[in-house]
Amino acid sequence: MLLVPCPHCGPRNASDLAYVGEARRRPDPAATSPSQWREYLYLRSNPAGLLRETWYCRAGCGRYFVVERDTVSNTFSAPPVPGRKTGRGA
Amino acid sequence: MSLPSRLPPQPTEVIDRSRVLEFSWNGRPLTGFDGDTIASALAASGKGIVSRSMKYHRPRGLLTADYWDPNALVQVGDEPNVRAAHRRLEAGMRVSAQNAWPSLERDVRAANGLVQRFLTAGFYYKTFIRPRRLWPAYEKVLATFAPGGRVDLQTPHGRHDKRYAHPDVVVAGGGPAGLVAATHAARAGARVMLAEHEYRLGGHLLWGEAQDVALAVRLADEAARAGVELLTDSTVTGRYEDNWVAIAQRSHPGVAERLIKARAKMLVVAPGLVERPYVFAGNDRPGVMTSGAVRRLVRMYAVKPGERAVVLTANPDGDAAVAALRAAGVEIVAVVDARAGEGIVAAHGTARRVEAVELEDGRTLPCDLLVTAVGWTAPTSLLNMAGDRPDFDPTSARFFGSDALEHVLATGGLAGDGDSDGHSLLDHAAQTGRLAAARAAVVAHRLQARTAHAAAVDGEEPPWPADTRSALPREPHPGLFRARTHGIVDYSEDVSSKDLVAAAAEGYDHIELLKRYTTATMGPSQGKLETVNTVAVLAELRGQSIGEVGTTVWRPPYAPVSLGALAGRIFEPKRVSPIQPWHEAHGAHPIVAGQWIRPEHYGDPAAEVVRTRTGVGITDVTPLGKLDLQGPDVPLLLSHLYTGRWMKLPVGSVRYGVMCGEDGVVLDDGVTGRLGEEHYLMSTTSSGARTVLEWAESWLQTEHPQWRVHLTPVTDAFTSINVAGPHSRTLLARLTDDIDLDPESFGFMRVRRGAIAGSPDCVVWRIGFTGELSFEVHVPSGYGLHVWQALLEAGGDLGVAPFGLEAQRIMRLEKGHFIVGQDTDGLTQAPTTGLGRLIALDKPDFAGKPELAWALQQPQAPHLVALQPVDPRVVPDEACQIVRAGTDEILGRITSSRMSPTLGRGICLGQVAAEVAHPGAEVTVRLTNGERVLARVLEEHAHFDPEGARLRG
Repeated sequence: MLLVPCPHCGPRNASDLAYVGEARRRPDPAATSPSQWREYLYLRSNPAGLLRETWYCRAGCGRYFVVERDTVSNTFSAPPVPGRKTGRGA
Repeated sequence: MSLPSRLPPQPTEVIDRSRVLEFSWNGRPLTGFDGDTIASALAASGKGIVSRSMKYHRPRGLLTADYWDPNALVQVGDEPNVRAAHRRLEAGMRVSAQNAWPSLERDVRAANGLVQRFLTAGFYYKTFIRPRRLWPAYEKVLATFAPGGRVDLQTPHGRHDKRYAHPDVVVAGGGPAGLVAATHAARAGARVMLAEHEYRLGGHLLWGEAQDVALAVRLADEAARAGVELLTDSTVTGRYEDNWVAIAQRSHPGVAERLIKARAKMLVVAPGLVERPYVFAGNDRPGVMTSGAVRRLVRMYAVKPGERAVVLTANPDGDAAVAALRAAGVEIVAVVDARAGEGIVAAHGTARRVEAVELEDGRTLPCDLLVTAVGWTAPTSLLNMAGDRPDFDPTSARFFGSDALEHVLATGGLAGDGDSDGHSLLDHAAQTGRLAAARAAVVAHRLQARTAHAAAVDGEEPPWPADTRSALPREPHPGLFRARTHGIVDYSEDVSSKDLVAAAAEGYDHIELLKRYTTATMGPSQGKLETVNTVAVLAELRGQSIGEVGTTVWRPPYAPVSLGALAGRIFEPKRVSPIQPWHEAHGAHPIVAGQWIRPEHYGDPAAEVVRTRTGVGITDVTPLGKLDLQGPDVPLLLSHLYTGRWMKLPVGSVRYGVMCGEDGVVLDDGVTGRLGEEHYLMSTTSSGARTVLEWAESWLQTEHPQWRVHLTPVTDAFTSINVAGPHSRTLLARLTDDIDLDPESFGFMRVRRGAIAGSPDCVVWRIGFTGELSFEVHVPSGYGLHVWQALLEAGGDLGVAPFGLEAQRIMRLEKGHFIVGQDTDGLTQAPTTGLGRLIALDKPDFAGKPELAWALQQPQAPHLVALQPVDPRVVPDEACQIVRAGTDEILGRITSSRMSPTLGRGICLGQVAAEVAHPGAEVTVRLTNGERVLARVLEEHAHFDPEGARLRG
């Protein structure tokens, strides 16, 4: 099982967290088009390589954070970003 | 006591002759000694046949006489597929053969052997495809051929457990290399856990000479004294990301099996080598064994495996088998030395025993035992699982690990061979242990440094220790895989080399295809005996080397794992309200709702409805999700989560709201009350409490971190009681002095705080899920049972009685209130529920707003409507389809349906197509039995009191 680097709790079993998904920007709801909004809802880049993704530390600190993972080696390649505006994923 | 094949005491035997164990074999009484395996006890009693093969039902004897023996799966009592050459004999065991009917001796399905040529690879795929209508018949026939033991459905669930461990080093394998590596890692300061799948530590030393056994004892003793946690009868079944190592431990007292989940900083892989069988005609006749099998039987169990032996040897282990057989008094008819170019062609005899062996030089020699020592499979599975791709070395005729992994190290037979006295091998193991400990220390430093709140780490991260181990020599070994005849390659799956040739000729000539098409390597030994021979047969066909063909990828598990071990102990929590003991004492029928256990009814839900509608009832709604919200920006959050308007909710008021996801689909609903200037209490559905908390937090933490709101889940902090019915105000008034219940001051959708029955800090809101005048009382949970009992005592003259979840569901359906997840599904956007008026598109933003704006412009979306069957006696099952009259075209479905005690007729909610979603429309409901009935669409969702006079009273 993957060890996920929570910025607050340290490395934790992936089963302690919820995988939220690819971190992405929410379109401005006042200006968005159906295609933009549905891209935000449903389309994922699914890269073979680096992916910025959101995790939720469900059994730990209860914080959402964004971290970069290499989907080929399944290793986290950049330190996680705690708190602040981190982008959504749902 | 003397048994036909038991030898006089041997210096290296592991049996205790002073302890005789009685057991039964196919119903007949037999005996063995303490320390015997089931298989060695059978062998000692002269039982040469231990099973029938899976497809052809051929008699099979011991082949490897160890954990991997493919022929030695037996039934023990109610436990199927027990590894008889591994499992220790116990007194009273009822052992029986598998795949044998009516008996092991006379198996009628051995007739399969006659039609063998029709049962070749792909047989199932080809034979049972057409005609489709015969599938059920095929299934019945195939079921009688299904291999394996008998599952007893009456067997109680065994006790299983889980353990989480965080060792520095896990060592897989308790042979000499594993023991030495573990000892040296522990001496270097690492916490070490070692798992060995056999009962004894020492690996191949145990079937060697007396001095080998003495060395095994010494190495195990050193490991124990160094502080290594030694797990015997325990298998490392898999290695996953970040060295997450699964160990199936069968030796833990009190449980059938325990799954250890170890987060190893370093993993040392030392499983040794597995002896490979040889492929030739007749190689599955009883009496054909590997050299390891005869050495184990003679040295460990004092069993004479035959009277007259021919030994095919290509290595010192084969030579040692010759010595062991001689010492046991077995006549050596011939030693066929493959290193000198000698070879065998076929084993002849009956299906029950080998009787002669045909040699390459043309001789045919009589014998009842044919021993082969043709080389090894390197069980590199754990290295493969870590991403390594082992290389085949044709000079040594086996695979070796590549040493390319940082957190997984191999030693022992996977790394090379020792010199003649074995010292270089133990040296390599010691270096491996020390390297593992040094690297584990760096990993520990990293983990601690990455934990922000951990104690500060000492100093800089140490440099990553380089692998400076001296490489082990590799002994040359002849490449012996198949004689010039064809024989069995996979004993578990009854796949012969001829089957592989046929499959390759059909085009399945890639190793991964060949494996799946023929099922070779897919049986209980998971390729340990079969993979390399399969590859070799294919390589020969394709004119390539074994390295060029490559192996199949070895995935978890290393060895089969029981489902019980995976399930472990069930940790799913059960939640109950503080009133639950009262419910149980008063005849409540329980219902499981998510994690909660709550009263469904107290005997007669219809009567509970009538009592509540005519008098007063109380119900325990503690599972209702509750969130405490505090801070100046709570209105901003509420306005964002709910579709409606929340910026101006006055203190003392509650409001109903619907939440949607960003896709506009209904996520949850409930009421939220404003208790104070900056203090709110939100209720959610029982199952949605967790989701709503995480949903709200996600907005606060990602899009709007500037909002000053603090969320606290308080579901369990309150016991929630709904007091409903015309007399509810009268009843509640008797229990409170400081809440003014006067309808003028405490109107519908208002909230008050105060003491109820002497319990302070209760929150009371006046809402009406049941459609009656009702008060929902949230009591600090410690006082919940007290308030519940006080309500019952105070309302005796009013006829107060409890009602359960079912009565509540009936009443809400009479009132037309939908339930999220019951009347809505994963595609139901808010406008479908008829609550379009609660969608405030003039708000600048809220969750799902763009999608809802577009949805409101879609008149074709389904509508949630109230329906009544024209025949009042009809109560359609929930999920019945609504179809276009005279056709099967689906127009919708019934989402809720009950017999209404109040109206005396069937009532429903349903989602229907827009074209029929108008009052008075008649739709066709197709009942579960296929019958079609008419139902009429109502104007309102409410079947009862649509004006709401009762709840506003």
